[in-house]
Amino acid sequence: MSYLTLSITLIFVIIPLVLSKTLNLGLERDTIVATVRSIIQLLIVGYLLQYVFAADNFIYIVLMILLMIAAATQNARRKGASIKGITWKLVVTFIFVEVLTQGILLGLQITPATPQYIIPISGMVIGNSMVLGILFLNRFTSEIETHQDETELVLSLGGTPKQAIHNQLIASIKASTIPTIESQKTIGLVQLPGMMSGQIIAGADPVQAVQFQLLILFLLLTTAVVTSIMLGFLSYPTLFNDRMQLLRFEKED
Amino acid sequence: METASTTAIQFNDVSFSAEGDQILRSISGDFPEGKITTLVGPSGAGKTTLIKLCNGLISPDSGEILIKGKPIHDYEPTELRRKVGLALQSATMTSGTVMDNLNMPRQLQGEELPEAEAKELLYHVGLQESFLHHRTKDLSGGQRQKVSIARTLVNRPKILLLDEITSSLDRVSQQDIETLIAKINHSYGTTIIWITHNLHQALNVGDFTWVMMAGEVVETGESSLLNAPKTERVQRFVKGEIE
Ligand SMILES: Nc1ncnc2c1ncn2[C@@H]1O[C@H](COP(=O)(O)OP(=O)(O)O)[C@@H](O)[C@H]1O
Ligand SMILES: [Mg+2]
Repeated sequence: MSYLTLSITLIFVIIPLVLSKTLNLGLERDTIVATVRSIIQLLIVGYLLQYVFAADNFIYIVLMILLMIAAATQNARRKGASIKGITWKLVVTFIFVEVLTQGILLGLQITPATPQYIIPISGMVIGNSMVLGILFLNRFTSEIETHQDETELVLSLGGTPKQAIHNQLIASIKASTIPTIESQKTIGLVQLPGMMSGQIIAGADPVQAVQFQLLILFLLLTTAVVTSIMLGFLSYPTLFNDRMQLLRFEKED
Repeated sequence: METASTTAIQFNDVSFSAEGDQILRSISGDFPEGKITTLVGPSGAGKTTLIKLCNGLISPDSGEILIKGKPIHDYEPTELRRKVGLALQSATMTSGTVMDNLNMPRQLQGEELPEAEAKELLYHVGLQESFLHHRTKDLSGGQRQKVSIARTLVNRPKILLLDEITSSLDRVSQQDIETLIAKINHSYGTTIIWITHNLHQALNVGDFTWVMMAGEVVETGESSLLNAPKTERVQRFVKGEIE
């Protein structure tokens, strides 16, 4: 696609702008900001990837991944602001998920050790881990806040902090991973996954594209479950002190 | 020291604050072993806070609490909380059945409560056996309160802390509970600390009484002190002039 063709696609931005204006939806500003940001961000990534692929240096791959982790942490930490040290807990979780998934993919030679594979797959894994982190923290902080009575009850009867937070932890892990599992049940029925569509458009064999998409889906299942569980078990101890007392907790939005 | 063996809980100059508010100020005094001590006072006086300190759910900012002569911090928190049982006014239930709730204290220790024992506990608090498999969300306020007491008793605490447990009960149930607590106190020598806003109850069931106001202990002594308070503030409280 040439830049000329690409600029013609701005028609798809003008349609919502015109509709928003005539119907007074007030979406113009956000639409323009979103459009400009996506153009700039994606172009930068495109050129960056071009450079990294050409340089073919392992250090650049690592740097790209670290950049992704930094961005993901920056996005997710706000949802967990009420949990002490959430930034580092997120960083550790993202690194662990990334190392685990790439370790299996590369270790078992499922995907080749080239930046063309490592970087996009890492992007999907870390991006999904971030979304899961946000879903989990949002739910977990709500659960803690609304169930302080139950937590205190378990403690008062001689339970440990882990026992006292168990129900809230499990509920939050379940609630945050269910969307991933549910969406995989209907995948392909209505909407073709974006990556698979992209591959097919770029001329890949559909069955090959499906195989690759399946790999990604399975990968994201692991990502979802591991992210929630790990964040949960890293987070809950900060809610208590060494006398097994529940510290005052207020959810910050 | 002579008092060490007869004092269940001793407060030495205990203060507690939360969010910059002084909630308890220099509390000193003791709860005699094997006796029923009632805590009365206007709402907001700090009564609930005081018993939460005894169960170790919170810790004082300063001062010392001794449980059977030993500093509270020397107890393992879980051991302390089983020994010093707490039944709060809120009577929080976990979802599931009455049996699930009664079983909880045992489960926390990796054990199961035999059904026969659960039924006996229900009988003691004045609930029929059939309640065992009722869902907690279907219980009335009074029934929840009874289940909450039974649940606390599962740990067989040496000291029992009760927070306005009869406020939501009708007269008959209230008397059932008074009889039960007196029986527990009698049969097992359990030390009882009982918060109540019912001064008749405090007089009837209590050996001793602490009157608290605005984070301080204003008067203590045998429960009959409520018949003839020394201070003007307590006189007005007893007449119902201070809520
Ligand atoms: N964790 C807390 N944070 C802030 N204020 C509290 C806390 N616990 C209790 N308080 C305040 O302390 C005062 C005493 O509370 P409480 O012990 O519940 O009194 P009582 O049981 O005698 O009614 C009240 O004004 C209450 O709002
Ligand atoms: Mg109270």
